[in-house]
Parts: sequence; C-alpha cells; structure tokens
Amino acid sequence: MASNQSEIRYLTPPSVEIKKKKYCRFKKNGIKFVDYKDPEFLKKFLNDQGKILPRRITGTSLKYQRKVSQAVKRARHIALLPYVTDLLK
Amino acid sequence: MLNQYETVFIATPVLSDVQFKEVVAKFSTLVTENSGEVINQEDWGLKKLAYPIQKKSTGFYHLLEFSAEPSFIEKLETMLRRDERIIRFLTFRQDKNSAAYSEKRRSKLKTKVEEK
Repeated sequence: MASNQSEIRYLTPPSVEIKKKKYCRFKKNGIKFVDYKDPEFLKKFLNDQGKILPRRITGTSLKYQRKVSQAVKRARHIALLPYVTDLLK
Repeated sequence: MLNQYETVFIATPVLSDVQFKEVVAKFSTLVTENSGEVINQEDWGLKKLAYPIQKKSTGFYHLLEFSAEPSFIEKLETMLRRDERIIRFLTFRQDKNSAAYSEKRRSKLKTKVEEK
C-alpha cells in the first residue's frame, strides 16, 4: 500500500499554504483608536472594490473590527473613502 | 461639563480663499462665543472627493477640534446645515482614546512644522 503512494511523484512539490498564525494587529501594536481621518491606514482593511474585509481575512479581533468598520463608514461619509469603486489600490 | 469634540467639514470648491477663511472664522468664533474653546484647527485645503457631492468632485476640508458644552453641538449643527457653503460635515465626540490619539497627532504635526 505504502509503495504505490510514493509512486505518485509530483513534478513540483505541492505548495501547501503553510498556515501562518493570523494575529490582530491592534492588539499586537497596542493601537487603541482607529482614526477615521487617515484613509491610507483604513485602505488596508478594504478590498479593491472598497468593501470592508471580513475578520477571517484580516484576523482582527471583534472589538477592533467594529472600530474599523465604524471608522470606515465615517471616512466614507466625509468622502475620504469611496462607497464603491473599482481598483481602489 | 465640557466634552472634547472634533468637526470635519467640507466647503464647496466654488468659494475663493477669502470666503473660505471667513467660513472657518465664523465657526471658530461661534465656538468661542458659546463658552467653548478651540484646541486645534487643521486646514487640509482643496482635496479630491472620493465621490462627487452635489455635482462637485473637490472640496475644501477643514478640521476643528474644540471642547464645548454638549448642548452647544445642536446649535453648531443647525448652523452647519443652514450654511449652504458647507456641503458636508461630521461631528465626533472624542473619548479617552481618541483624545490621547489626537494629542499625539498634534505633537507630531508640531514637530514636523518645526523641522521644516
């Protein structure tokens, strides 16, 4: 049984995505307040359509995800960030 | 009890510089008249808006940080709404963290100005 398994030889080793531990950047760097006035920082949490990225992608904790989404909505209100766009980055 | 607030408002780009200064002066004097105290003002000047507001794609941004009575905010907002030169505004009450953050930001700006 084990022998035929090893027969399968891949041309290139399968690049298994090594699971890197996601961490909440706010807890790590001790950022307490998400500023709605600086769009460059908020863009890290938006995809290229201007939508807010979910926590499972960014890995932020729930408490800070709410602050981020509140800040993004405020920035959108004062037209620092678009509501919807394409190729934001 | 004085709370700390910050207001960002956008004025129409049609205004000349003098008119824009006048709008800014109007609101900062409004704050000081009603026993408020302006802490910091930042003028971001003419910036491109992320989406057109009232068919305009640029606007004069201005940030006004002040401490005032809570009852004053209602008066300020009616003034902002009534003034047709202001196309959008956002008033934000600063809690402990955001006040500390803006304090740090102000000191950073000051050092940058001194370096120049």
